[in-house]
Amino acid sequence: MNRETKTTVPPAGGPDSPERRRFLTGLCLGLSALASAVVSIPVLGFVLAPLLRKEERAWRRVGSVEAFKVGATVAVTFPNATSVTWDGSAGRTAAWLRRMKDQEFVAFAISCTHLGCPVQWKEDANLFMCPCHGGVYYSNGEVAGGPPPRPLPRYNVRVRDGQVEIETAPIPFV
Amino acid sequence: MNSLRKLWAEIDDRTGISGLVKPMLDHLVPPDSKWWYVFGSATMIAFMIQVVTGIALATVYAPTAGHAYDSLKYITEEVPFGRLVRGMHYFGASFMVIFVVVHMVRVFMMAAYKYPRETNWLTGVVLLGLTVTMGFTGQLLRWDQNAIWSSVVGASQAARTPVMGKWLAHLILSGDTVSSATLSHIFAIHVFVLPGLVMAFIGFHVYLVMRHGISEPPKAGNPVDPQTYRQSYHDMLNKVGKPFWPYAAWRDVVFGTLAVIAIVALAWWIGPPALDAPADPTIVEARPAPDWYLLWYFAVLALVPHRAEDYVILLAPALMGLALFSVPFLNNRGERSWRRRPWAVVTIVFAGTCIGVLWLAGAREDWTPNFAVKPLPATVIGPDRGPVHAGGIAFNEKGCMYCHAVSGYGGKRGPDLTSVGARLSRDQIVIRILSGGYDMPAYANNLTTEQLDNLTAFLQSRKAR
Repeated sequence: MNRETKTTVPPAGGPDSPERRRFLTGLCLGLSALASAVVSIPVLGFVLAPLLRKEERAWRRVGSVEAFKVGATVAVTFPNATSVTWDGSAGRTAAWLRRMKDQEFVAFAISCTHLGCPVQWKEDANLFMCPCHGGVYYSNGEVAGGPPPRPLPRYNVRVRDGQVEIETAPIPFV
Repeated sequence: MNSLRKLWAEIDDRTGISGLVKPMLDHLVPPDSKWWYVFGSATMIAFMIQVVTGIALATVYAPTAGHAYDSLKYITEEVPFGRLVRGMHYFGASFMVIFVVVHMVRVFMMAAYKYPRETNWLTGVVLLGLTVTMGFTGQLLRWDQNAIWSSVVGASQAARTPVMGKWLAHLILSGDTVSSATLSHIFAIHVFVLPGLVMAFIGFHVYLVMRHGISEPPKAGNPVDPQTYRQSYHDMLNKVGKPFWPYAAWRDVVFGTLAVIAIVALAWWIGPPALDAPADPTIVEARPAPDWYLLWYFAVLALVPHRAEDYVILLAPALMGLALFSVPFLNNRGERSWRRRPWAVVTIVFAGTCIGVLWLAGAREDWTPNFAVKPLPATVIGPDRGPVHAGGIAFNEKGCMYCHAVSGYGGKRGPDLTSVGARLSRDQIVIRILSGGYDMPAYANNLTTEQLDNLTAFLQSRKAR
């Protein structure tokens, strides 16, 4: 036996009408999205600000020309392009600096091109060696052995007013 | 007593607590779900220890690059119970990793990921990823030499990604270089974002366990058929199932208590991991390595052939994740017993063996040049003058012994040269020295003729005794 059930359709335009229901649903979803966006956009902008910031570079003095012997490779340190007072020692970077001639210098990054570990200059061996996975570089930064895919990156160096200056660069070098 | 009951009745009436909790406690579980089933709850208990000890540590830890290391030293050395709480946080993390892996292996071997519990598995994979990420970010918060160089290593790996590598590296470091922003972003992720996600996914995971019920231990010859599984599962529960509380819960409580005691005991006995030197990107003496649970991956990065590195570094983590996610999609029906699923057994044995062998390799780090190695003593070099003597000195000075051992002295990265004189002719030795090899630098421009002759004489004198 079929039993017919009567369903009451709310009158159009009434308080329970399907149109009003759809409108209220859309209103709630739309306002929720708006409120979420109003909060999320500045928060995301704040959190992601370091990514949006333009890459900054700066020339940093690392010592007078006379302080470096011709042919010697030494570690020098300098402040990052952007640093804040609460950076502590993390606000500085190091490089391997070599005086080639009287006014000519070359500065190598200390980060291995394999995975970024700090390479060490071994004076007697005349090699840069990485302690992590055994990457080795010749004194000119070319890969001598191990897994590094590229030579050691170089910083820009110049001499100004008797002072050696290095231009900061992002780490890792990409 | 009556007044207390009355008070509870009033509270329960207003809050509905018993209506929320009672179905969880009373839900029926298969009667033979025993000790193999305790690792899920144990993972949650380890996580709860992480939350409690983490909140305690955060009350003293200073998340700025200039102060983080000192605050951690202060926690460890001066704050009452500081060493113990840090140790509990470390061993809690270690146990969480162990429990989540054992839990997943159990679920895989018992094929509990099959219909209708596929989503349980998928949320579990997400929780595994979150657990490991939480461990790694926690390691970085130590903000010692290991931590800052590990963050550079992470950024360097990301930097290999085509097109967006630079952007990803900046995302990881939160800027152009390691800085205070790196630490504060990692801190926020470790203490807010990741725990929040873990809590959300644990909640979803437990809800799914309640929805689909605890899987019954599999029996060979009783395959899963989506058409009939739910009905037969509920029939079985109605027939022989037991309320979770206390007939199954007692094992969770016993094992959980033992786990808590073990974590506290290890924290008290061994203490937290020692801090490396203070974080300073200008100090090049650093050998970053991950905590123990990622040592096997550390070994992968060292041992993979150089030409395949980009693919392994970028694709391996993605493929591992994809492989885990794909498990329930590959096969969600049929036999659940491991006795009828030989490939499941092979998979676990193979994965376990690979990870175990790589883990041992990662712990030994034989690929690392040993800069701290002692020079060859005169007793090993032999003559006190002449070419062999001078060659022994050159072997020390030219960095050969960072990688090569002679008579027990030296590194392990390259071949042991104790008996190289019996193995190779003079010409072969000269060619090796001048031309280098896969991992060895060519010394052609790095030695005088005299140094080369001396070095060759020294190596030729190394015969097996």
